[in-house]
Amino acid sequence: MASTSSPAEGPLLDIRNLRVAFDTAAGPFLAVDGIDVQVSPREVLAIVGESGSGKSVSMLAVMGLLPGSATVTADAMTFDGRDLMAMTPAQKRTIIGRDIAMIFQEPMASLNPSFTVGFQIEEVLRQHLGLKGRAARARAVELLTQVGIPEPESRLASYPHQMSGGQCQRVMIAMAIACEPRLLIADEPTTALDVTIQKQILDLLMQLQADRGMGLILITHDMGVVAETADRVVVQYRGRKMEEADVLTLFERPSTAYTRALLAALPENATGDRLPTVDELMAADNRTEGAR
Amino acid sequence: MTDYVVEGRGITRDYVTSGGLFGAAKTVRALKGIDFAVERGKTLAVVGESGCGKSTLARIITLIDPATSGQLLIEGKPVDIAKGGLTREMRSAVQIVFQNPYGSLNPRQKVGEVLTEPLRLRGGVPSADRRRRAMAMLERVGLKPEHYNRFPHMFSGGQRQRIAIARALMLNPALLVLDEPVSALDLSVQAQVLNLLKDLQDEFGLTYVFISHDLSVVRYLADRVMVLWNGTVVEEGTRDALFSAPQHDYTRKLFAATPEADLDAIRARVERRRLERTAG
Repeated sequence: MASTSSPAEGPLLDIRNLRVAFDTAAGPFLAVDGIDVQVSPREVLAIVGESGSGKSVSMLAVMGLLPGSATVTADAMTFDGRDLMAMTPAQKRTIIGRDIAMIFQEPMASLNPSFTVGFQIEEVLRQHLGLKGRAARARAVELLTQVGIPEPESRLASYPHQMSGGQCQRVMIAMAIACEPRLLIADEPTTALDVTIQKQILDLLMQLQADRGMGLILITHDMGVVAETADRVVVQYRGRKMEEADVLTLFERPSTAYTRALLAALPENATGDRLPTVDELMAADNRTEGAR
Repeated sequence: MTDYVVEGRGITRDYVTSGGLFGAAKTVRALKGIDFAVERGKTLAVVGESGCGKSTLARIITLIDPATSGQLLIEGKPVDIAKGGLTREMRSAVQIVFQNPYGSLNPRQKVGEVLTEPLRLRGGVPSADRRRRAMAMLERVGLKPEHYNRFPHMFSGGQRQRIAIARALMLNPALLVLDEPVSALDLSVQAQVLNLLKDLQDEFGLTYVFISHDLSVVRYLADRVMVLWNGTVVEEGTRDALFSAPQHDYTRKLFAATPEADLDAIRARVERRRLERTAG
């Protein structure tokens, strides 16, 4: 496989045969069914899929953020060669939030409305790096400057509701990069934002990724975002991996019916009067190639 | 003379925000004099980012909120909900589909009630007739008659948006205001709903005001496009003219910010990344 990173480096995150099942009233539901994910240092991996494809659940499993009704199993789950599954929760907390950080779709909902953004950024610094008082404050100002928030000193005293959605997402990014993570997982970071703000946030993420040499996993359903950010792409459908390829190959020669259908359903690719839908294309493909 | 279903002349809308206990009240002018007109059977797309006033405009056209000043004409007749005097027929001529089908359907109302309620409120249609019409509309939007007795939570996002569209069509409106109707939906479901909207427009001769921030969707559906920025129209024109040669800086900025899955662009970006890597 053509990889853009040098072969000498092992993967930063290596997950093999991940399965996540949820207990439901109707019996166990398999949300993730045998997913492999590898990310190299300094690589941007996009995980693409629609709702229900398990793309968020697999990353929440890595972070340990799933509810008790979830059962997570995997053949391997390592970060930088260390086995995440064998760790105690306390050991895991030294990595999660520090070496691996995550940002979410709804910046307004992921920030605590009762505390100032300054307090919330400083809390991360206190928890993971032991920074306190003036040192924490100075670092928080530095972080807000890096994510492009004007007048960072006075913004530290703002509450989330006093900021726009784009600014809240910048604060989330500031918190995520506070401990200089080696891997950043961004779960639909721009879905709730306007296109112009989306562009600013994606540009910021890509610039931070390049400057700091982070690995970046970008979870998205937007093929346009994939086209503009990813090195490599994993396409998921109903809890399974459908396809994995470098970004150019994926758009040039998609190898599965599902990926072809996803690309054809983009309104900008509409050729006639009607948009082909994924179901139609999958059905047409099954007739010609035989069911998967 | 051109047959306009809806026309606005110099529409403004002010919101007064309380200045708190001691501060003075502030007035925010959300719309600063908007002129527009939509021909029968056509689609006007209103494009802009949050805060530009596009949802305020939707609420004024749908007769939910009054305009502060200016004139709104529906089917050629001036309407002003602040003055009153609106008949039920005038109100049923305009219907709206909201962005979030999870929030716009009452969770305790069965689909059948959702669809028959508009007819019941307007009156004049016997119960058996209401039921028959609702069943027919369910099928028309791609749902099944057995869905009639189900609750909204039993449906997926795309199905719920179909229910919201069916409800909006129950009163045979001339004009449908679509406020970001597909932005909460997955790509494949989005394609289905957009196809449905196109079919319904042809079948019922509907006129659409389509509010969106997604230019690729606008390009697919619109006849004319109006770009709003900060409460003013910065550009208006036919879809083809606007997409081939955007005039205003803000429109160009919107185009530049829209991600595109263009092969040459991907190739150039991959090459750029490779060079950065070898340099770094």
